[in-house]
Amino acid sequence: MRRRQERQELVLGALGVLLAFGVCEAVSRAGIVRRSYLPPASEVLARAVELAGDQAFLEGIGATLRAWALGLGLAVALAVPLGLLLGSVPVVDAAVRAIVEFLRPLPSVALIPLVSLLLGSGTETKVALVTYASVWPILFNTVYGLGETDPLAKDTLRAFGFGRLAVLLRVELPGTAPFIAAGIRISAAVALILAVATEILSGFGEGLGIFIAQSGLATDGTRDVLAGVVWAGMLGLVINGALVWGERRLFPWTVGERGVGVRA
Amino acid sequence: MLRLDAVGQYYGDHPVLRDLSLTVPDGQLLCVVGPSGCGKSTLLRTVAGLLPAREGEVTVDGTPVTGVPDRLAVVFQDYGRSLYPWLTVRDNVALPLRRQGLGRAERRTEAERILERVGLDGAARRHPWQLSGGMQQRVAIARALVCRPSLLLMDEPFGSLDAQTREDLEDLLLEVHRTDGTTIVFVTHDIDESVYVGDRVVVLSPGPGSRVVLDLPVELPGRRDQIATRGLPEFVALRAEVGRAVRGG
Repeated sequence: MRRRQERQELVLGALGVLLAFGVCEAVSRAGIVRRSYLPPASEVLARAVELAGDQAFLEGIGATLRAWALGLGLAVALAVPLGLLLGSVPVVDAAVRAIVEFLRPLPSVALIPLVSLLLGSGTETKVALVTYASVWPILFNTVYGLGETDPLAKDTLRAFGFGRLAVLLRVELPGTAPFIAAGIRISAAVALILAVATEILSGFGEGLGIFIAQSGLATDGTRDVLAGVVWAGMLGLVINGALVWGERRLFPWTVGERGVGVRA
Repeated sequence: MLRLDAVGQYYGDHPVLRDLSLTVPDGQLLCVVGPSGCGKSTLLRTVAGLLPAREGEVTVDGTPVTGVPDRLAVVFQDYGRSLYPWLTVRDNVALPLRRQGLGRAERRTEAERILERVGLDGAARRHPWQLSGGMQQRVAIARALVCRPSLLLMDEPFGSLDAQTREDLEDLLLEVHRTDGTTIVFVTHDIDESVYVGDRVVVLSPGPGSRVVLDLPVELPGRRDQIATRGLPEFVALRAEVGRAVRGG
């Protein structure tokens, strides 16, 4: 039953992609929009495939992904312990809550000029911004997950004579792991946005965002810009797919979605 | 010996248990019966040391209960919530042994031994959520027995199981009690079950501020048997007496 539903979703999804592709192609070919503004979808796609053989472009992708991975890794290393602390020690939570509530609504993208000024336009800036943006979903999912821990699961371990730390490590942490994983998945998308956006705004160095920014300056560069965007989209899709697959493998007992919100 | 001396518990200012005194000799299987909301679970959590007594005192072998007593085990009704889905059945059962400083191999051997005893030797490597409700509750019982507890607390352990499974598990419990001689406090709302399983049945009054309204020794001839025992005139008479007390008549 579920398999059939999944297959149906897959077919519908493919249909949607084909339709969008067809509309873009037709709009351009029919001359409704000027070709230099919106090249036909097939040309964009061909260029995107061509770029897979371009050494310089691939190095750029590598640079973007390095900043992405480093920033996301740092965010996990910071947010998970902090989340566990906030979620299990009410005093710390009360003390830090105000700072968190002040920082959280700041749109990360708006910080790009400031951080560029402070750190230059190199990898440090990218990693710092990716980390900053990625911390929040992981942090909030960790705190939320801890709050969702079943009191009975905790009582069970306590009744066997285990102390508070054992309850945290053996019940609360593994019970929260699916929430943390969902937070990481949300952050992975946010991190990619930040990595590419920082590159686009800072304008030099190397990376997918640099490729997009520089193509935008060239005459008739729209095709390259769009091909770069296709790459960004594909990266996001592949990363998300891999993480969803990993979550299903690691936490087969969880059903349904576990995220508490997406923000960039 | 477990002793409750004038124990009182409150939910806010709302009394849940009041002036409750009870002595459970070693090796007894005591059933606590009462209508829902009468504080049966609160009583159990108090004995387990999960909820400190607001009034009065609980002692186990003369020592006042301030934290969770040693050699205690608890089985809750909600096996789905008290078993850990990220652990295999064997690791769930082996978990309490960590406190005794046993190595990994010893813990696993011990867990497999006890799983065999509750009839689950084939399921050691599976996960709780892959098992039926009855099997999951067997896992919870195995986990409770693995430390050889001297006091076993059970909170409506068979309340959400079908009749056949429930009878099987009642007999498993009786077998465990016969061979190990563990002191067991068994909370249930099922009058039949309390008389069938218990050496003694205590009935609590409906809340607020429940107290003991009936304290009845269960003396039934012969070994308990699901069909024969339930047909005995003694069984029927005891069941009627407990039933009247629960209904407050």
